[in-house]
Amino acid sequence: MAEVVLKNIKKAFGDVAVIKGVDLNIKDREFVVFVGPSGCGKSTLLRMIAGLESISDGELSIDGQKVNDLSPAERGIAMVFQTYALYPHMTVRDNMGFSLRLAKVPKDEIDRKVNEAARILKLDPLLDRKPKALSGGQRQRVAIGRAIVRNPKVFLFDEPLSNLDAALRVQMRIEIARMHSDFNATMIYVTHDQVEAMTMADKIVVLQGGVVEQVGSPLELYHHPRNRFVAGFIGSPTMNFLDVPVTAIAPQGVTVALPGGSALLVPVKAGGCQVGDKLTLGIRPEHLLEGGGDGGLTSEALMVERLGGSTYAYVRLDDGTMLTAEVDGNSRIRTKDRIQLGIQGGTCHLFGTDGLALEQIERHPLADMNRDHPGAH
Amino acid sequence: MSDSRQKLWLTILAWTIALLVFFPIFWMALTSFKTETEAISTPPSLFFVPTLDNFTEVFARSNYARFVWNSIAVSFGSTLLALAFAVPAAYAMAFFPTKRTPSILLWMLSTKMMPPVGVLIPIYLLFKNLSLLDTVTGLLIIYTLINLPIVVWMLYTYFKDVPGEILEAGRVDGAKPMQELFLLLIPLAVPGIASTGLLSVILSWNEAFWSLNLASSNGAPLTAFIASFSSPQGLFWAKLSAASLMAIAPILIVGWMSQRQLVSGLTFGAVK
Amino acid sequence: MTTLAPTHPATKPARKNREVDTRPLLWPSIAVLFLWMIVPLAMTLYFSVIRYNLLSPDLTGFVGLENYAFLFDDPALWTSLWNTLVLVGSVLIITVVFGTLFAVLYNQEFPGRGVARLLVIAPFFVMPTVSALVWKNMMMHPVYGLIAWLQSLLGIQPTDWFSNYPMLAVIIIIAWQWVPFAFLILLTAIQSLDTEQKEAARIDGAGPLAMFFYITLPHLSRAISVVIMIETIFLLTIFAEIYVTTAGGPGTATTNLAWLIYSVGLLQFDVGYASAGGIIAVVLANIVAIFLVRTVSRNLQQA
Repeated sequence: MAEVVLKNIKKAFGDVAVIKGVDLNIKDREFVVFVGPSGCGKSTLLRMIAGLESISDGELSIDGQKVNDLSPAERGIAMVFQTYALYPHMTVRDNMGFSLRLAKVPKDEIDRKVNEAARILKLDPLLDRKPKALSGGQRQRVAIGRAIVRNPKVFLFDEPLSNLDAALRVQMRIEIARMHSDFNATMIYVTHDQVEAMTMADKIVVLQGGVVEQVGSPLELYHHPRNRFVAGFIGSPTMNFLDVPVTAIAPQGVTVALPGGSALLVPVKAGGCQVGDKLTLGIRPEHLLEGGGDGGLTSEALMVERLGGSTYAYVRLDDGTMLTAEVDGNSRIRTKDRIQLGIQGGTCHLFGTDGLALEQIERHPLADMNRDHPGAH
Repeated sequence: MSDSRQKLWLTILAWTIALLVFFPIFWMALTSFKTETEAISTPPSLFFVPTLDNFTEVFARSNYARFVWNSIAVSFGSTLLALAFAVPAAYAMAFFPTKRTPSILLWMLSTKMMPPVGVLIPIYLLFKNLSLLDTVTGLLIIYTLINLPIVVWMLYTYFKDVPGEILEAGRVDGAKPMQELFLLLIPLAVPGIASTGLLSVILSWNEAFWSLNLASSNGAPLTAFIASFSSPQGLFWAKLSAASLMAIAPILIVGWMSQRQLVSGLTFGAVK
Repeated sequence: MTTLAPTHPATKPARKNREVDTRPLLWPSIAVLFLWMIVPLAMTLYFSVIRYNLLSPDLTGFVGLENYAFLFDDPALWTSLWNTLVLVGSVLIITVVFGTLFAVLYNQEFPGRGVARLLVIAPFFVMPTVSALVWKNMMMHPVYGLIAWLQSLLGIQPTDWFSNYPMLAVIIIIAWQWVPFAFLILLTAIQSLDTEQKEAARIDGAGPLAMFFYITLPHLSRAISVVIMIETIFLLTIFAEIYVTTAGGPGTATTNLAWLIYSVGLLQFDVGYASAGGIIAVVLANIVAIFLVRTVSRNLQQA
């Protein structure tokens, strides 16, 4: 039972504001991921929730209690650090039991809780080793075990997988997700890796420059990015952007002229925009179709990367604009080929000069779907 | 010149220089096993029957043991005292830095620049009034103060290398600042604290300005005791060598073992 | 809980809680060092402007700059300053030159390198009074010394070092102690020279000499300046070696500033006069210290 509520949270180091007023409601048992480019303030925000950084202004409450002035240990949180931060001079057992030892919990109870956590994480055979004698994945487990032992209301993760190799990272990702459903705990997870964000989160918080750009489910962010920054940040390879003029406005959507002349109807609400306005068209590489589509772009392939399942084509339009297209792995495109790329208006996004997206007329059917959590809802 | 020829010359040159540089120490060590007559014989005697008489006599005929004890008390005592002051200070500056921290560090360094002769007279008079002249306590105070900046600096450098996340994890686990210091930081930094302590012991053991000026008999460490042989009457070279050898051997060995840490300590981290 | 606190009052309590009060940790060190720095210095300064001789306690009173005036008129001051300069300058040159050459030499691979390095470093760990006595008695003694014996083998009249070349003798002893220091620091510095950089230079056709002057020496320049500054601080007030060997003599041949202050203050008990000398030593040391502190602070910013 732990909601985390942030009200106008601010942080300044001297005169430099790094968190510029964040409002956020994190529901009980929710898995929330803070994502954003480095320096966006995501780690600082997490550390403020942890109590490792002071809160310059605003109010933070956990489980209905204002915790601004509480020490980290009093907040009922546990944290897994990027470097794991295991105590190198203690055995795995002592690492996991340290918080209980400080809290003067009786020794047999510490043993019981440590053994229990070790059993869950399959750490039993490693309990008497020192961290130095463990592999990266095992250290990660111990760090998680140390968090579990405290039985916290909220788990905080600060880029916990970034020091692991790719295969292990996928495995740990699944384990953390499983842990989330097993423990029914609220989890806040910081990462710069959007794949982690997309795969693990109930709710993603995209941050930039100390400001929340958008909060939403992974697919909501993918299909309905609120602005150009979120559109460019979520999705890989990154979204293509083209400058396009508005040629017609109708209830079905806004029609724009593509480079090369063809017209494209994008089903978005016009809002305040008028014919003749310059907008930015956003189209994901996976939505550029080799051949068919509503509108068309003529281009020359400059570079072709074949990944097997799919192929990335880096192309240049006649007006010099560079685009990335993700096409079928069996495509026969070669460097210097001239290729025709099709676009479907329904997969496109339009952004005004202020960077904000024009609202789509229809919500994507998956955008508002909740992730399944047995027993969570 | 072929590569192996070149290497041979290099080896010869390097070893010749090394032996020449070390020779006075070697000769002193050799002399300590000679009789007094052999010690001053011309030509110098290279082959002789080694004797341990000098060592036993040094202990029997002078208060050698007391000087050794004074040296140990002064250098280890001042080191422990300096560590007691410096560990909390270095901890505060390494993990809770403020805008003023660099200035404080530099200021501490600058107190080390004070030439001892500049303050010799007032210290001498103060010590005289406080009856600290020729006492172990007096030297212990002075050595603590002159080594404190170096000790703070070295500890600061070592503490800086301890990952901050480990201490933060401790804080999340509920450690209070003092628990953080004693349960986490100090156990983690034991190697650094030990080599800092060693440097402080070496410097105090060999210190020869304040010991010569402030102590002459009761509170005098080995440096002052050895200096008392400088008067020309009586040539007790063999015994002097025995006393000197015992005075320098432990420090020489400690110094050899910790040379690398000494470099960063002696240069305030400017050369690592 | 219901209303957001206005910006300013909310800032303070949050701060107070998290930021640990480090004053009890830091202040003891700062306080004792501050006392150590300020009290004796203030006393020296005070003594230097009063008449204060332990042998004639009835002569007292403020004399202004009289002590300084006497001091500047005293040829002994100028001799001692000159001797200090000669001593510091020659030891610096010897130690930096030999320290650098040794660092390059002992950075090469050869059998027994580790042990050879230890032998070269050893003199630095020998207490000054011991090294001074070993040199005075066993090496440079005109009758029983090894050098005298070597000279007699070659048919040369043995040198009486401390009568005829006292300053040279003192310089040799001190240099013997401090070359290992320079060597130790410079060896450490030279080991941090990137091997790839050396290999690149060799591929570019640099011979051993070019390598030394264009690659090694520039790399060492900062370490050399650190060596110079630290040695200067220590060498300015060299005392034990003179105390043991020459006692400032013959005459004032080896009287440096430290010895002058000692002899005036603690042998002739003219506290006022000696204190004026002390102030001069402080001023000299501070000129060097400024440069050292600046170098170190640059290093602190990089960290």
